Amino acid sequence: MKFGVVVFPGSNCDQDCVYVLKDVLHRPVITLWHEQTTLQGCDAVVLPGGFSYGDYLRTGAIARFSPIMRAVRAFAQDGGLVIGICNGFQILLESGLLPGAMLRNTALRFICRFVTLRVERTDSPFTNRFQEGQVIRLPIAHNEGRYSIDAKALQTNRGQVLFRYCDADGNLFDAANLNGSMDCIAGIMNKAGNVLGMMPHPERASEAILGSTDGRLVFESMIEAFSHV
Amino acid sequence: MSNVSVKKRDRGKIRNIKFGVRGSGFGVRRSILNSKFRIPNSPADVALLKRVARSHNLTDELYERIVRILGRQPTLTEVGIFGVMYSEHCSYCSSKPTLKLFPTKGKRILVPAGKENAGLIDIGDGLAVAFKVESHNHPSAVEPHAGAATGVGGIVRDIFTMGARPIALLDSLRFGPLQNDARTRFLFEGIVRGIADYGNCIGVPTVGGEILFDESYRGNPLVNVMCIGILPKGKIARAVAKGPGNPVVYVGSSTGRDGLGGASFASREITDGSDADRPAVQIGDPFAEKCLIEATLEALATGDVVGIQDMGAAGLTCSTCEMPSRAGTGIAIDVDKVPRREEGMTPYEVMLSESQERMLLVVKRGSVERITQHFSRWGLNAVEIGHVTDNARLRVKEGGDRVADIPVSALTDQAPIFQRPTKRPRYLSKVQRLSLKDIPQPRDYAAVLLKLLASPTIANKAAVFEQYDHMVQANTVVLPGRADAAVLRLKGTNRFLAATIDGNGRYCYLDPYEGSKLAVAEAARNLVCVGATPLAVTNCLNFGSPQDPEIMWQFKECVRGISDACRAFGTPVTGGNVSFYNESPDGAIDPTPVIGMIGIIEGVQGSGLRVEGSCPEPRAQSPEPITANFKAEDDCIILFGETKEELGGGEYLSAIHQRKVGRPPRVDLHAERALQRLMVEASAQGWLKSAHDCSEGGLAVALAESCIIDAQHLIGATIDVSRVTCHVSLRLDALLFGESAGRIIVSCVPESVEVLGHLAKKHEVPATVLGRVGGSRLLIEPWIDVRVEALNDAWRGGLKVALGQEQWGTKGSGDT
Repeated sequence: MKFGVVVFPGSNCDQDCVYVLKDVLHRPVITLWHEQTTLQGCDAVVLPGGFSYGDYLRTGAIARFSPIMRAVRAFAQDGGLVIGICNGFQILLESGLLPGAMLRNTALRFICRFVTLRVERTDSPFTNRFQEGQVIRLPIAHNEGRYSIDAKALQTNRGQVLFRYCDADGNLFDAANLNGSMDCIAGIMNKAGNVLGMMPHPERASEAILGSTDGRLVFESMIEAFSHV
Repeated sequence: MSNVSVKKRDRGKIRNIKFGVRGSGFGVRRSILNSKFRIPNSPADVALLKRVARSHNLTDELYERIVRILGRQPTLTEVGIFGVMYSEHCSYCSSKPTLKLFPTKGKRILVPAGKENAGLIDIGDGLAVAFKVESHNHPSAVEPHAGAATGVGGIVRDIFTMGARPIALLDSLRFGPLQNDARTRFLFEGIVRGIADYGNCIGVPTVGGEILFDESYRGNPLVNVMCIGILPKGKIARAVAKGPGNPVVYVGSSTGRDGLGGASFASREITDGSDADRPAVQIGDPFAEKCLIEATLEALATGDVVGIQDMGAAGLTCSTCEMPSRAGTGIAIDVDKVPRREEGMTPYEVMLSESQERMLLVVKRGSVERITQHFSRWGLNAVEIGHVTDNARLRVKEGGDRVADIPVSALTDQAPIFQRPTKRPRYLSKVQRLSLKDIPQPRDYAAVLLKLLASPTIANKAAVFEQYDHMVQANTVVLPGRADAAVLRLKGTNRFLAATIDGNGRYCYLDPYEGSKLAVAEAARNLVCVGATPLAVTNCLNFGSPQDPEIMWQFKECVRGISDACRAFGTPVTGGNVSFYNESPDGAIDPTPVIGMIGIIEGVQGSGLRVEGSCPEPRAQSPEPITANFKAEDDCIILFGETKEELGGGEYLSAIHQRKVGRPPRVDLHAERALQRLMVEASAQGWLKSAHDCSEGGLAVALAESCIIDAQHLIGATIDVSRVTCHVSLRLDALLFGESAGRIIVSCVPESVEVLGHLAKKHEVPATVLGRVGGSRLLIEPWIDVRVEALNDAWRGGLKVALGQEQWGTKGSGDT
C-alpha cells in the first residue's frame, strides 16, 4: 500500500507523516508536490498539517485551488482513501469534500496540548483498529479548529463523526471541548466513508517515546482497510 | 522626544537630497570613472550631511574618521552604511574588548565563537548542533507582535544559513508586573502571540523558555529567542564571499521600506517618543520564512553555494560587507537589481532596509540558474545582483551610478572600538545591605507558600506555552513545563538533546558577578536534572546604556561571572548577542545576562525507531529523560546540596516583602560541578524517578511543584526539614524559601536510597533524605500542611489572576 503525502508551500507536518508511515510503519510513501497533477499511483493520500500558502485569506482557502487538489478530489470521488489532518482537514472542508466549516477557537488563541477523544465508530477505514467508545490521547495544535455546521446538515451527517473531544472517562463536556467545536466534533468523514478530516495529530502520537501510540492506529486502520479491498 | 523628532525631520531631508541634487548642479550624476558621484561639496551640503550622520548616531569625530577613510566626503548612502555598521548592534563597539574574556575553546567546538552566524558543536554520531540566542527587545517594546515575531524569524535564519535544520526554539521573556497594568498586559499578550504566530507557522517547535516579571522591565521588556538546528558534521555552510568573480545572489522576499535603520534604533534608549520609531520595526512573513528554510536547505545541498548570510540587522549592508570581510575579498552590487516591493526606493533605503526573510548567497560561477530554480520552486525571488571582487571594497551602484565605495575592513574589522569607562555603581552598597532582623518571619508559612506559587514569575506558564506549537517535528520527548529542561530526541540516533535558557536580572542587579554565575549554574543544573551532560553555552546580554560607566561595570562583571562559571563547568561560550540601551524614561533594566545551554543524553534506546508493523515497540530504555514530578507513593525524596541562610534577591523577599535587597546566593562552582557529575551518573544508572532544582522560591516551592506538575496525577509528600544539611541557626523562612544554589530535589524508589547516598558521598555532595512521596497533602512538619489541590490551584491559576481572566478565555489551564 503506497501512501502519498501532499506538500503545499507552508505545510509543516508533511515530514512527520512521512516519518511515521515510512520509519514506524514501514510502508512505501512518496511526497506529492502541490503543483503536480497526478497522484503517481498512491493508494491513499495524506493532507498534512501546517499553514498551506501561509493560511492567508482563510485556512485552506488557497490550497483547495492547487493543481494537486484536482487529482485528490477525483481520487476521493472514486473511493480512494484520503485523510486530512489539521490544516489538511481545513483544506478538505474548503474543497467541499467534507461537510462543515472551521472557525477560530472560542478562546481566540492557538492551543497546543494533548487532548482525550472518544472513538465513535469502528466500522470505518480509519478506525477499525480501535474499540468502540475507546478513549484515546492525541495532541491538537491549531488556531482555527472550532468545527461548525448548520443544524440540518449536522443531523444528516451525525453518523459520520469518528472522533469527539471528551474527558478522560469518555464523557462529552464543554470543558473537554477546548476549541468549542459543535457537538464536540474532532474528526468527521464523508458520507461514502473514504475521506476523513481530523484536527488532532495522529502522527504526533505514534510512538511511545512521544507519550502516546494511539495515533498509529489511525494509519494502521487505513492499512487494514486497504488490505481488504 | 527630541532625538526622534530630529530624526524624522532628517529623514525627510534624506529624500530631498536625492531628488534635490539632480537638478541642482553639484550633484549632477557623474560617471563612475571620476569618482565624484553625488558627493556633497558645498559647506552647506556637508553641514547637512553631518546632521544626517548625527541622526545615525555618528558623532562629528566619527564623521571626520569616515572622511579620512574615504579620502573625500561621503555620499548619503555611505553615511547610512557607516551608521548602521558602526551601530552598537552591528559593531559590538562597546562590548567587543570585554567579550574576549569568554572561554571559547573546547573539543566539541566546530567554529570559533563569533566567526559564523551561530555557534556550532559536535554532538557525536556525525551530527553537529548550531545554536544561538538573540534579542529583539527594542522592536518588541514599541510593536510587540511584529517585534517578537521577527525576533523569531531572525534567529531562525541565523541557524539555517549554516545549513542546519531548525529543530527547536526557546524564549526568555521579561516584563514589568502584570497586575493592573494595561500596557504591560498588551506587551505580554502581543509578544506571546508574535512568537506563536511566527514559530507555529514555520513549523519549528517552541519547546521551552522562561518568563520573569520585575519592575525594571516595565518600559523595556526583553524578548530573547534561542534557536537550535541540526546538521551533518562537515556540511556547514559558511558566511564567506570567496572566489572573485563568483556571482552574488539575492534570495527571498522583496525589499521594502520596513525596518529602515532598525539596527540604529536598537542602539538607542527607549524614550517617550519611541512610538515614532515604529517604522524601524520590521514586519515578518512566516510563510515566506518557511519557504525560505526549505529552499535554502535544498540549495545548500547542491554544493554550489560558496557562502551565505542572512540579511538581518542592517540588511543588505551587513551581508555585503561581512561576507567579503571574512574572505578578504570585496563585493560589487547593483541596487537596481534588488527586488522591491515599493516604488521609488533610494539606494540608501535599499541598503538599509531590514525587510525580513531575505538572504545573500555567493554561488559558484555557472550555477546561478541551478540555484535560483530552488527558490523559484518555493515562490521566492532569486536574483543575481553582483559579484565577488578582489579589491576588498564594497561597491554599490544604482544602474550606471556608483553610490557607495568603501573599504570592507573599514566597516568590519576596523570599525571603532570604544574602551568604555567603568565605575562600581553607587546603588550597590545600599541595596546589598540586608539585615534579616528587618524581615519579619511569617506567621503562616502555608499562606506564604501559596502566595509564592501564585506569583507570576513562579506560576505555571501553560497559558503561554500552549499557544506555541511545541510538538511539531515530533521530537519533543519532554513537554514544556514537565521538567527543568526541554528534551528532544534526535531521530535515527541513540541520543537526546536537552536545552534550557536561564537568567535572573534581580540577582545581577544586586551582584552582577555572582548573579551571572548563578545564571550559568542554574542552566547547567536544569540540564542535569533531565539527565543531560551540559556541553556548551550561548548567551544574550541585555543591559542599559554602555555610555554609563556604572552599566559598563555591570556588563564587565557579568561577562566575568559567565566566563568563570563556563570555565569551571567545561562549557565553552560558542557565541551570543549583546543588547545595550535597554533603557526607558524610568531608567535602565536590571542587568540581564541570559544563558542558553545545551546538553546531551547518550545511550538512549528506542529514539530512532525501527519497529515492524504494529508490534509493541520497546519503551525507551534507561537512561531516559527525567521529569520533575513525583511519581509514586512511598518513593523517597532526597535533597542534594547544602542550604544556607540566603534570602537576598529571592522571590520570597520580592513577592512577600516587596524588597529587592541583599546579596544573591553564593555559587560554589566546585560544588556545582560535583553536583552535575553526581546527577549525570545517577540518571545514567536509572536511579532517579524525578529531579527538580531549587530556584525561585527555594525548597518549599520546588517540593510543591514536584507534587503538582502532573495535573492528572497530583501527589503529596511528607517532609522533615530538620534533617536538611545546613548551617546552624538557619532561619525557617531561609530554610523553606531561600534560594541557595547547588541544590536539587530528587525522588527514587526506597531501594535506591543507599546507592544514591554512596554516589553522593563519592562526589562529595551533601545528601539528605527529606521524606516520602504519598498522600494528598504536602506536609512539611510542623509548619506547612496543604492539600495538593490548593497548591495546584494557586500555581495553575497565578498567571491568569495576574492577567485578568478575560484576556485568556477560561479554558485550558491544566496539562494533560
